Amino acid sequence: MKFSVYRYNPETDNEPYMQAFEVEARQGMMLRDALMAIQEQDESFTFRHSCGEGVCGSDGVNVNGSNKLACITPLSELKETVEVRPFPGRPVIRDLVVDMSQFYAQYKQVDPWLIRKEPLPEQEILQSPEERDKLDGLYECIMCGCCSTACPSFWWNPDKFLGPQALLSACRFLADSRDQASEERLNSLEGPYKLFRCHTIMNCVEACPKGLNPTKAIGHIKEIMLKDAI
Amino acid sequence: MALEKQRFDTLILGAGGAGLNAALQLANANLKVAVVSKVFPTRSHTVAAQGGVNAALANVLPDNWHWHMFDTVKGSDYLGDQDAIEYMCREAIPTVYELEHSGVPFSRLDNGKIYQRAFGGQSQNFGGDQAARTCAAADRTGHAILHTLYQQNIRAKTHFFDEYFAVDLIQDQEGIILGALVLDIATGEPLLIEAKTTLLATGGCGQVFRTTSNAHINTGDGKAMILRAGLPLMDMEFFQFHPTGIAGKGMLITEGVRGEGGYLINKDGERFMEKYAPNAKDLASRDVVARSIVTEVREGRGCGPEADHVMLKVNHLDEAVIAKRLPGIRESSKIFAGVDPVKDPIPVFPTAHYVMGGIPTDRFGRVMPTSDDDGDHLPGLYAAGECACASVHGANRLGGNSLLDILVFGRLAGKSIIDYVRDNPSHRPLDEANVEWAMGRLGRWDNKGDGITVSDLRKEFRKTMEDHAGVFRVEEMMREGVEKVRAIREKLADVRLTDHSSTFNTNRTEALELENMIDVGLSIATSALHRKESRGAHSRPDYPKRDDAEWMKHTLYWQEGDKLDYKGVRSQPLTVESFPPKERVY
Ligand SMILES: Cc1cc2nc3c(=O)[nH]c(=O)nc-3n(C[C@H](O)[C@H](O)[C@H](O)COP(=O)(O)OP(=O)(O)OC[C@H]3O[C@@H](n4cnc5c(N)ncnc54)[C@H](O)[C@@H]3O)c2cc1C
Ligand code: SF4
Ligand code: SF4
Ligand code: FES
Repeated sequence: MKFSVYRYNPETDNEPYMQAFEVEARQGMMLRDALMAIQEQDESFTFRHSCGEGVCGSDGVNVNGSNKLACITPLSELKETVEVRPFPGRPVIRDLVVDMSQFYAQYKQVDPWLIRKEPLPEQEILQSPEERDKLDGLYECIMCGCCSTACPSFWWNPDKFLGPQALLSACRFLADSRDQASEERLNSLEGPYKLFRCHTIMNCVEACPKGLNPTKAIGHIKEIMLKDAI
Repeated sequence: MALEKQRFDTLILGAGGAGLNAALQLANANLKVAVVSKVFPTRSHTVAAQGGVNAALANVLPDNWHWHMFDTVKGSDYLGDQDAIEYMCREAIPTVYELEHSGVPFSRLDNGKIYQRAFGGQSQNFGGDQAARTCAAADRTGHAILHTLYQQNIRAKTHFFDEYFAVDLIQDQEGIILGALVLDIATGEPLLIEAKTTLLATGGCGQVFRTTSNAHINTGDGKAMILRAGLPLMDMEFFQFHPTGIAGKGMLITEGVRGEGGYLINKDGERFMEKYAPNAKDLASRDVVARSIVTEVREGRGCGPEADHVMLKVNHLDEAVIAKRLPGIRESSKIFAGVDPVKDPIPVFPTAHYVMGGIPTDRFGRVMPTSDDDGDHLPGLYAAGECACASVHGANRLGGNSLLDILVFGRLAGKSIIDYVRDNPSHRPLDEANVEWAMGRLGRWDNKGDGITVSDLRKEFRKTMEDHAGVFRVEEMMREGVEKVRAIREKLADVRLTDHSSTFNTNRTEALELENMIDVGLSIATSALHRKESRGAHSRPDYPKRDDAEWMKHTLYWQEGDKLDYKGVRSQPLTVESFPPKERVY
């Protein structure tokens, strides 16, 4: 199978370039296996990966124009020549490795931890199965960044718009019956940018390898805000 | 160029569940903590844990910590230290509540309490009916826990060194650890982190075997650093092969699947676990189930064109149960095995999963440097999690007890460190010669020229380990294995990198990891060769019985001269009576 892979080493290259590789595709092979095979041919080829099963969120790349996790993308689903590039809109450190610090900083901005004001019970804080169900579709995020790096609003206003991942996380805590800081959370999302720069373009939904729906989460936050305003 | 140095009260190597739970205690106590991880914290392998964490909450069926303790001692095949086990099983209960308070999205029961499922080796009343002790967040418990701990560490403003690779511990003439030499992966710059206390929380080493449920990063780095620092590893022959990896691939299918009612069948559709474990059946201890599967396949009752695996049947369960309790498993089976478990059984075979052995510690997480039964710990050095051996798992770990181990002992190590730093407030002087030595190990990879590639030697090594130190082990095969791994260690000198750049050089980090894996692999092969009995996961057809008179003792392995020594099991619990060894039937 033919691949065209983005290469850039800041120590030796003035500019990035695409390099051709060929890999023998076997039954059941994933894109990550192919990238590892490419690395065997050329040890200087660099990408991040770890778990190999879509849970650690390390190996998000742009394949034939879409953001995907390499380890759960079967080669059989890809059109040749397979074009593999780093996530769009992020500074490239080397080859497919990008600098994700802005993405992590945005996550930290939404205070992504459970806040309790009442004293804690001796045992668990009770939560009904129905209340717990509200976290499904939100807590499973693996912070791969496939969504945010596919979002046009994030490309244009990365310093002001929080991006789909951070907003999904904000929603995860707003939706948690145990959390007691909804008001502060909502207040901090006010203003024209942090939340409202989302133009429901839905790129994020399409990109999420875990089938999560940040657009819906963002809509949900807007709804709560509206309700609170009335 | 001068080597950059930074100073902290505590250096934590590893940002999995063990490292993060320790860091949280320390940051909350306002100590200056550095957490070093070779991957961004939420990418640590704790994220992959599926089934859950054990605690006798009694939310579903009657339970108490003493029954949990009995099961753990029995599961360990009586090699676990009963003081540490008692401590862990008692602490399990407040630990899980604390996690819940921190935000872990556990699944819930109708009454609002944490959902608990049945796992292998769990019983009520000291060996009676099946218990339900494993607290779960669907089948993504590790993810839920790791993300929550990371979130709490952001709140506590823990200082992270993300994507820094720890190369070696730095010690002084007396053997006291003064910190570590680490490498900024993005820039290739070395950094010396000096610390009053160091905690190793570097996780497991499943990558030493070819087929494994473990991530690419699980290369036993911390264990190898300990060996190179002249300290021993304990009970490394005990390696758990999880019964249900996806056949031919190794990805894990959690025991929770059997806990929810799934069971194994052979090519004749026979539920074969009924033969091997008439009571517990598919929920017998992992070593028992793994051996049964391998036996079925060896005796010609395997499934598939190569008759090389068995099937895990789930399709008799309600689709709603699968969707609610096992969504991740359904996804993985579809992606990696091409089957939807709602319709068809999943092809499975044992996969290298968990190392029971590791850096010997007492029940405060302090590293024990000698084989002396009453020996003292090494001041200022701690280990917790899968890199350590407390020893709560002995010869075989029960499912759901590892997340528990990393959380309980991570937290406890944090607390011990707070006390130590209070009593020992100053840094000790650095030993420059030792720093030079560590820098030299790093510099060796700058050698250019033709040689063996990292990936070729890695393949040879992992295959050797699989062939010579797997589920069943006999003398000749193991002797040959040790010889081969020694030869591979020699070959390491001939490995050359083709990539010598500084920026994000994975060729170099993988070389360092290969070196670590080989060091650890040799400790496994050597310890295994010398234990002439079958106990827990260490199964020798040539010595099929457990031999308590001769072998109820811990193995210690030192790298220098591949030396072995032994140490007594601590059979005396803290407050209750000891569980004396009994025959282990399920
Ligand atoms: C697929 C799978 C499913 C599992 N399911 C369960 C379960 O349901 N229940 C259960 O109890 N147990 C389960 N386990 C076992 C359990 O998840 C692990 O034993 C446990 O998570 C290990 O945690 P840890 O904190 O010790 O290490 P890890 O989470 O592996 O973290 C190790 C850390 O060390 C860092 N590190 C390592 N080397 C270096 C280095 N050289 N330099 C810098 N940093 C380094 C890594 O970056 C990482 O941050 C499962 C294991 C697997 C593989
Ligand atoms: S829906 Fe909103 S967040 Fe998602 S890609 Fe579009 S603009 Fe970005
Ligand atoms: S929402 Fe989906 S795509 Fe975005 S970071 Fe989370 S898992 Fe990745
Ligand atoms: S390697 Fe972990 S998500 Fe792909």
